Amino acid sequence: MPQTYTPIATTTLASSASSYTFSSIPSAYTDLIVVFNGTATSANNVYLQFNSDTGSNYSMTYLYASGSSVSSGKTSNTTNIYAMGLPTSNATLTMTVINYSNTTTYKTCLQRGAESAVTATVGLWRSTSAINAVKLLTDTSFASGCTFTLYGIKAA
Amino acid sequence: MAFTYSPLGSVTVGSGGSTTITFNNIPQNYTDLVLKLSSRDTYAATGLTVWANFNGNTTSTHTYSRMFGSGSGTGASSDATQTRLFVGDHPGSTATASTFGNIEMYIPNYTSGNFKSVSNDAVQELNNTTAYANLSATLWSNPTAINRISLTCQTAFAEFSTATLYGIRVEL
Repeated sequence: MPQTYTPIATTTLASSASSYTFSSIPSAYTDLIVVFNGTATSANNVYLQFNSDTGSNYSMTYLYASGSSVSSGKTSNTTNIYAMGLPTSNATLTMTVINYSNTTTYKTCLQRGAESAVTATVGLWRSTSAINAVKLLTDTSFASGCTFTLYGIKAA
Repeated sequence: MAFTYSPLGSVTVGSGGSTTITFNNIPQNYTDLVLKLSSRDTYAATGLTVWANFNGNTTSTHTYSRMFGSGSGTGASSDATQTRLFVGDHPGSTATASTFGNIEMYIPNYTSGNFKSVSNDAVQELNNTTAYANLSATLWSNPTAINRISLTCQTAFAEFSTATLYGIRVEL
């Protein structure tokens, strides 16, 4: 029977932290979904890294709207993927990584950020390694009470 | 067993339309909510807005920021003093026949004591020169757990509009 959105891991921060990592991700699923909900201790941004790779192996293209303006841009050869801004009011990030455990292709991820602005980003990690860890990090800190949840989607 | 995307309720609008689609008595034992809407308005226009209220609250504690594409351009808007949540646009009665918009609302941690952040994706395609795709970020500045969701539009949801509410539970 096909299964969808199987919870793999979840946590609620008991104290502020500059990052959170989902590690030892099983390879048994087809796609991954990450859901973040929470605030920053002071307004900053959320970034992503995979498998502890801190090299310049990431790139990103974004759509961003705030107030009455909409913009788009991109970054290349960066050490992480920008996901969204993180205000001190409540924000939500959903991230999808399709075919995360394959060892043939580079890994593409899609993010939707809902905070004081709207963001949609696509990120690329130039590695054919299967993803076994996802790290969310900030310039400052995720506030206490932030929740991080990882789901697996299995095609069959 | 982990339960995810459990259907909590479904509404299909009958003949004559319905001014409101409401989910009452939402169970409090899930983690997140997802509301999926396929809808059309009875008002005579091609594109109209869908709104949401939680728990019957209509105070000026609703904020939105959105970006949209219309097929001929892009834009953005925001407002921090709304009495309801912007969700997206759907077609009205003079839009291409038999076309309905699709909207998804993702509501994480709906029972928490934090303000409620909602992510909405809304699209309509009319085989026409103008149709809207909206991505929006909305915030209900209220720490109360959500137990009711009410959807409204310009006049009424047309017959055959459907809405389904799902609960996502994190159970390891």
